[in-house]
Amino acid sequence: MTMTPAAETYDFKTPSGVEIERYYGPDTHPVSQAELGEPGRYPFTRGIHATMYRGRLWTMRQYAGFGTAQETNQRFRWLLEEGQTGLSTAFDLPTQTGLDADHPAAAGEVGRVGVHVGTIADMETLFAEIPLDKVSTSLTINATAPILLAFYLAIAKRRGAAFESLRGTLQNDVLKEFLARGTYIFPPGPSLRFAVDAIVYSLKNLPLFNPISISGYHIREAGSDAVQEIAFTLANAEAYLKEIERRGIPPERSGERVAFFFGCHNHFLEEIAKFRAARRVWAKMMREDWGVKNPRAQMLRFHVQTCGSTLTSQQPLNNVMRTALQAMAATLGGAQSLHTNAYDEALALPSETSAALALKTQQILAYETGVADTADPAGGSWAIESLTTQLERRIREKIGDIRAKGGMIDLIARGVPQGEIHEKAYEHSREVESGRRKIVGVNCLAIPEKKGRLKTLKVAASAESSLKKALAAFKAKRNKAAVRESLDAVSRAAAQPSGDLFVPVLAAVQARATLGEIVATLREHFGEHRSS
Amino acid sequence: MVEGTASPYRILIAKPGLDGHDRGAKVIVRALRDAGFEVIYTGIRQTPEMIARAAIQEDVDAVGLSLLSGAHMTLFPRVASLLKEEGLGDILVFGGGIIPDEDFPLLRKKGIDRVFGPGTSLQSIVDYLKEALARRKQATDGKSKARKIKEGAKAAK
Repeated sequence: MTMTPAAETYDFKTPSGVEIERYYGPDTHPVSQAELGEPGRYPFTRGIHATMYRGRLWTMRQYAGFGTAQETNQRFRWLLEEGQTGLSTAFDLPTQTGLDADHPAAAGEVGRVGVHVGTIADMETLFAEIPLDKVSTSLTINATAPILLAFYLAIAKRRGAAFESLRGTLQNDVLKEFLARGTYIFPPGPSLRFAVDAIVYSLKNLPLFNPISISGYHIREAGSDAVQEIAFTLANAEAYLKEIERRGIPPERSGERVAFFFGCHNHFLEEIAKFRAARRVWAKMMREDWGVKNPRAQMLRFHVQTCGSTLTSQQPLNNVMRTALQAMAATLGGAQSLHTNAYDEALALPSETSAALALKTQQILAYETGVADTADPAGGSWAIESLTTQLERRIREKIGDIRAKGGMIDLIARGVPQGEIHEKAYEHSREVESGRRKIVGVNCLAIPEKKGRLKTLKVAASAESSLKKALAAFKAKRNKAAVRESLDAVSRAAAQPSGDLFVPVLAAVQARATLGEIVATLREHFGEHRSS
Repeated sequence: MVEGTASPYRILIAKPGLDGHDRGAKVIVRALRDAGFEVIYTGIRQTPEMIARAAIQEDVDAVGLSLLSGAHMTLFPRVASLLKEEGLGDILVFGGGIIPDEDFPLLRKKGIDRVFGPGTSLQSIVDYLKEALARRKQATDGKSKARKIKEGAKAAK
């Protein structure tokens, strides 16, 4: 029995539909030196730094969080002890949608997919004994991102950590919530205003902090292909830059602090090429289309997470291999930071065993394989260069099409990209169903496993009730008049059609207003977005 | 490929709770439609009450619940019990998402007829629905009339 795909039953196309040749060579696919450039030089095809990982390894940043702030603080400290070099906080859905632990709609969801942080006290506990001026921290949060940033800054202030020393990233990409992930609160207009308020405040006060991480990851996970992932993300970036520019900060400056986040899927060659193409597209967009001269603002800096949707619940240990290969593609693609998934994530949140192995996968890649020793080791491969050029062309065409149709904000409001992503998702499912796209252990070599259940993480059901109790105690101890006054100030700011919301929100969390109270105050003015 | 069928059954696919991941739910909607079912999709972030109301208004034969957030033990049984309270216990309730095997027996006890994990083939969901709904129809032919009468009485109020 042979598993080699026969030419007549298998079309050699990448998931984005790029035809793969039988072989690539200098005569059929010559490499353009001008397009390639050098590492650290425009158009940054070969990476954003001249020394790449020799100068600085990628940050090993595992997304983690569950239950109460105490539990997640323990997981954080354990990850740092295990050699992780940056933190990334996963928040639960009530935190993401602006509900306190005692809200009826939060029932069953508190502490489930991440940690619950509803008060300044929760944030204090989450980062207990973690030096904020030393550890770079990503707050993976969107619709409520400005409020979570306010909690973070408030505890930094109390601990005497200078704002100038804070490193990290606020995801704060609310546009992709409407596009792919669904965790929005207000309609798009006020959502964008709130996000950009936090960005503008950060650009003025937090010189080392990335106030937004514009995310293709969720677009890919919702079913898009690699071309759509990059095109929609870079088009979203244009929408943010325009709004930031309207507030008086030109892309020449804001471009330096805008970070990106992509997925890494299974097709090894296409994914390496995708990252290289994305860097080149962004550099050209910034220089040629926006007239940006600052090289730091032309560099596409990005975090990568291996794609969760590629993990299977069948034969779950196979996921270790998928993740390792995806991680290798991400590093060959020149990522600045990386999250590797745990093998049990198609079943539950990672256990301590699977989380440790996921981190060690990165460590083996960094210290044993040699991929970090030279910049862009895949560069110059006729196959990779040809794929990079073809993906670049398709991404640019797609962005041109988006601009011609009125830009992302308009298209998202009409549901156009959402529909395109869904088409791709359905196409993928049908290909898996028909066996045209092979997944080992699912529709190919699906040999039944010997029974023996994986031990998965259980989030204690007591997290919800203990958080409710803690919230009641927190509320009982605060100065009620000060809370009321601070919320009134937020309300007055929100009543204006424009003007900053971040400073009053920062004052409100310092007066010990809760996440739910601030969101409820804003909701009175902004209303709520409902899915159609 | 999903085999077609000329079934008149109506299915509500619903996303309870705060989870916005609906790639799977939307794929199921498409696959069931392609297989000949009439399918209504609620959209994301619905409360159990909203889902039960939609099931009644749309007069569906089955409700499929999709959830990836881990809140299924709270939200799935709540939908089933709301339907039962309305005298609509004959509506088939099934579910899917990131749900560990060990939760299946308790969910079944609480009225969730079947739970599908990640990687389930679309065809197996279609086959299950055809079979389970045909079985239900035979067993509860009289009861669905009672449901119509009850609804009629409500409308008259």
